[in-house]
Amino acid sequence: MSLSSADVKRIAHLARIEISDADAEATLQKLSGILGLIEQMQAVDTTGISPMSHSQDVTQRLREDVVTESNQRELFQSVAPAVENGLYLVPKVLE
Amino acid sequence: MINSSLKQLAALLQAKQISSVEMTGEFLSRIKQHNGEINAYIALDEEKTVAQAQAADQLIAQGKATPLTGIPIAQKDIFVAKGWQSTCGSKMLENFIGPYDAGVIERFDAAGAVNLGKTNMDEFAMGSSNETSYFGPVQNPWDRTRVPGGSSGGSAAAVAARLCAAATGTDTGGSIRQPASLCNLSGLKPTYGLVSRYGMIAFASSLDQAGPMAKSCEDMALMMNVMTGFDERDSTSLQREKEDYTRGLDSMDADKPLAGLKVGLPKEYFADGLDAAVGKVVQEAIEQYRKLGAETVEISLPNTMLSIPVYYVLAPAEASSNLSRYDGVRFGHRAAEYTDLMDMYCKSRAEGFGAEVKRRILIGTYVLSAGYYDAYYLKAQQIRRLIAQDFTEAFKQCDIIMGPTAPSIAFKAGEKADDPVSMYLQDIYTIAVNLAGLPGMSIPAGFASGSDGKSLPVGLQIIGNYFDEARMLNVGHAYQQATDWHTRMPEGI
Repeated sequence: MSLSSADVKRIAHLARIEISDADAEATLQKLSGILGLIEQMQAVDTTGISPMSHSQDVTQRLREDVVTESNQRELFQSVAPAVENGLYLVPKVLE
Repeated sequence: MINSSLKQLAALLQAKQISSVEMTGEFLSRIKQHNGEINAYIALDEEKTVAQAQAADQLIAQGKATPLTGIPIAQKDIFVAKGWQSTCGSKMLENFIGPYDAGVIERFDAAGAVNLGKTNMDEFAMGSSNETSYFGPVQNPWDRTRVPGGSSGGSAAAVAARLCAAATGTDTGGSIRQPASLCNLSGLKPTYGLVSRYGMIAFASSLDQAGPMAKSCEDMALMMNVMTGFDERDSTSLQREKEDYTRGLDSMDADKPLAGLKVGLPKEYFADGLDAAVGKVVQEAIEQYRKLGAETVEISLPNTMLSIPVYYVLAPAEASSNLSRYDGVRFGHRAAEYTDLMDMYCKSRAEGFGAEVKRRILIGTYVLSAGYYDAYYLKAQQIRRLIAQDFTEAFKQCDIIMGPTAPSIAFKAGEKADDPVSMYLQDIYTIAVNLAGLPGMSIPAGFASGSDGKSLPVGLQIIGNYFDEARMLNVGHAYQQATDWHTRMPEGI
């Protein structure tokens, strides 16, 4: 598997990270090195092995459906880049 | 006082020989003197710190002190703390003031410990040298031209330079153990699920675990008593009975404290790739363990080399998901200029993240993208099970595993900064422990010389079975009773 500069730009777009053509080229070199490392996995036969997502064999806990958070809108919005009347401001998305 | 153990510091406070305000003041003045160069702390707030010390003095006066009451501790900047700048080493969170306390912060607060400040770290904990921090690199107090390791490099340098009594770290692939090894301190990554991840800024959620970084195993046992415990706000927190991690420390036979202990030595950890001088120091430490009564047996962890490729699929995949929250809307950096919402996301993230973080997000995005999931993510999860099974098999033959923590002594700043793959190999002996979810620890084992003749610390890694931290701490403590490597401190500090 080898990546192209266009692939890097496509992936960067999926990740919502702006990248210039020059940066995509430089990033390509580094990513190719890392993907080369990852490629070592393909030599392993993993037929029939169940994937492991967590180290402990535990099930997701359930809790009562009750309110556990209090309203702290002002505190939480104090760290927001732009708010107005208690709402988060973003550029217009609907005409 | 700066070399005193936590137990000794607590005794001084109890006996009113010194107040917490005075003790805290001593560390704050050391920080003022040395932090300009070492750069171990990225956020200090003297007013808050002193207020905590005053409150601790009141608790002591009222006879309500617990073992860490009034003790000044440094907190890795990965923990959100109310009213404190909480940056995770990133420009993305440069102006983020914590609106609440992480579980770990709450626990230290409840114990009456004093928060000295937030320590520097690789950006979003992605790095092994502390060079990816937006707030600048950290110097290794043992040689200012070398890295302290990472990602908990600020905490490691702070403990090594005695700019705190002890510190917290987090470890996703070696971020507590490797800097502990490079800075001559004791560091423990507990079993996954023992310490709350609530308010610990997420990198790779199935691997991240917080733990203590301190001058001795005895100090770490006291910190484990405070840090561990169930937290319902962390979905992977384990419900277990409370343990006293200090319980076995004083009850060991002085002559052969480790008689009967079976130590496994994985042959893969002593193979090519290990610096010869480091290997020699580790072998000497193991010889010391034989004198203490331990028996050794060669074991094999055949999938060790696969742990790095597996990790560099799983950790970036989880990171790309976790870091998608930084969109410039609710908190974090927002670009000054943009044309529309999409442009705002893309520019805010391009400006807010550093190069290594972006690389890992891109790798994670790629391996999770349509058509590649089975070949990468699923495959990595399958090999993760093989790696965990290696340890299960090994623990049938031994009680505990020992080997090097890192393949080399601290390297020069800038030496690996441009070569991600060589940087990733720093974690060859530590990553498998995270993948398996096991506890791992590094303790000072001696010194080895680099090519320039400079003598630098070497760590011995001790890996235990699940929930075996108390035994690991005993095993480390027995060594620290018989040797003095852990008491050595850098010159000029």
